[in-house]
Amino acid sequence: MLSLDTVWFQVAGTLCNIACTHCFISCSPTNHAHEMMSFEEIVPRLEEARRLGVRDYYFTGGEPFMNRDMLRILDTTLQQGPATVLTNGMLLREETCRALSELIDRSEYSLDLRVSLDGFDRETHDAIRGEGVWDRVMTGLANLAAAGINPVITVTTAAEGVDTADGRAQFLDVIRSFGFTKPRLKVLSLFRIGAEESRTRAYESWERLTTEGMDGADMSVLQCSTSRMITSKGVYVCPILIDYEAARMGDTISETMKPFPLAYGACHTCWVDGVTCRT
Amino acid sequence: MPDVTRLALIGGIYSNYHALVATLDDISRRGSEATYFLGDLGAFGPYPDRVPELLIERGIAGIQGNYEESLAGGATDCNCGYTDPRDNVYAQISYDYTAERTSDAYKRWMGTLPRSMRFDIGGKRVLLSHGSPRRINEFLWRSTSPDPFLHRLCDEHAADVIVCTHTGLHWHKPLDRGRHIVNAGVIGRPANDGRTNVWYTMLTIGAEVEVEFIPIEYDHAALAREMRDEKLPEEFIETIETGWWTTCLESLPAKERASSRF
Repeated sequence: MLSLDTVWFQVAGTLCNIACTHCFISCSPTNHAHEMMSFEEIVPRLEEARRLGVRDYYFTGGEPFMNRDMLRILDTTLQQGPATVLTNGMLLREETCRALSELIDRSEYSLDLRVSLDGFDRETHDAIRGEGVWDRVMTGLANLAAAGINPVITVTTAAEGVDTADGRAQFLDVIRSFGFTKPRLKVLSLFRIGAEESRTRAYESWERLTTEGMDGADMSVLQCSTSRMITSKGVYVCPILIDYEAARMGDTISETMKPFPLAYGACHTCWVDGVTCRT
Repeated sequence: MPDVTRLALIGGIYSNYHALVATLDDISRRGSEATYFLGDLGAFGPYPDRVPELLIERGIAGIQGNYEESLAGGATDCNCGYTDPRDNVYAQISYDYTAERTSDAYKRWMGTLPRSMRFDIGGKRVLLSHGSPRRINEFLWRSTSPDPFLHRLCDEHAADVIVCTHTGLHWHKPLDRGRHIVNAGVIGRPANDGRTNVWYTMLTIGAEVEVEFIPIEYDHAALAREMRDEKLPEEFIETIETGWWTTCLESLPAKERASSRF
């Protein structure tokens, strides 16, 4: 590990109000592999992260806004650093957006909302995320816009053509049409694990990195060199590998500040695609 | 050594030699014990040899930015640290133009510049860096650089005052234990605030550390004309003429983006 800059919280566990066909940790309304985290569970780790000089905080799930403590957790986090929430946008009610806007005004640090879309339109989006999801996200985005919050729209490469210059330009227009005059877009690679294994394919045996093969390489592009993920079950090496017991490195962040073997297919995607989970 | 030391600090110049001349004149008027540049001498602007020529002629010392590192090393891109594809397209136009028109002698000179500079001034350890003390292209924005992280940088790099540039936006954060983090801003392009002026920094170190950001008006119309003559992208020229950034926006954090026009 080079430097601990980013701490992630699996704040909603693997619980989600939808079950996307490409989810790398197969989140769903019934997946209790990792449980929802309470405010009381999060605070000691936030305090530890502050002592360690962490730069930024990310919250994901599952769907973070299913967590009833979410606003309180963000309020506390934003007193010590910038925060980003990865959400499917379905629970962004008017009053939630107003509360988020107040948090933004109160803090000297940035709060970013990352809302996931999976295509240019209702049809492609709902094919991956489930019927009716697009319409609920549109309501959520309208509420964000009304509250003056400009989210980063993230889209996975499951949306065909999005990773070309034309595709991006087209997607930026789609985001503008939602009422955001300064559209922000991030395209994400897919990891061939979890539900995504059966949607497309799993990693081949050659899609592996080895720690020995990485001598002299710029390790800072790997998430595990600068971040850790905290779930209800402990501290994991990165946000991607929480379904792997061996990726659980300890109970506290300090215990995990050591190297980790790059033995997984996802490590290959992280390296080859230069994927950064951060915004 | 005088009781008070004033350091004039010039962030990214981006080939804006008009602003450099105006800045150096202003520094002469105010007076300073020393003047340093913080790297990124080239980028958006025209005629990239003019800035190094002027700095060498006036005997001004400074450090490498990612631009100088790339140009001196013959790299194919600026290593600016952008992650958005559109930002990188514009960064590449800028870099290709600059690399092609920077003479070999100046590229070699850029290779001799240090990555950082350190001074002990009245017991304060001052560290000049480009992006951050640990990475030449790290973006230290005000709204994403929390105090505990900044203290860690001070601890790990044995500094009480850290000065940087690279983001294009100036800010100063006093920390406890008498520490200060200063992003000196840039004189290469406006600070994305709808004003055409640019900014440099006067750091005064005495019993206290004082940081003053100084706005500089310069002949931005002349710069815009020359950029058009050189067929540089209209987007870059718009920024010079309006004070609003039109490119390299995607690395801005939420707070900084909220006050941005685009």
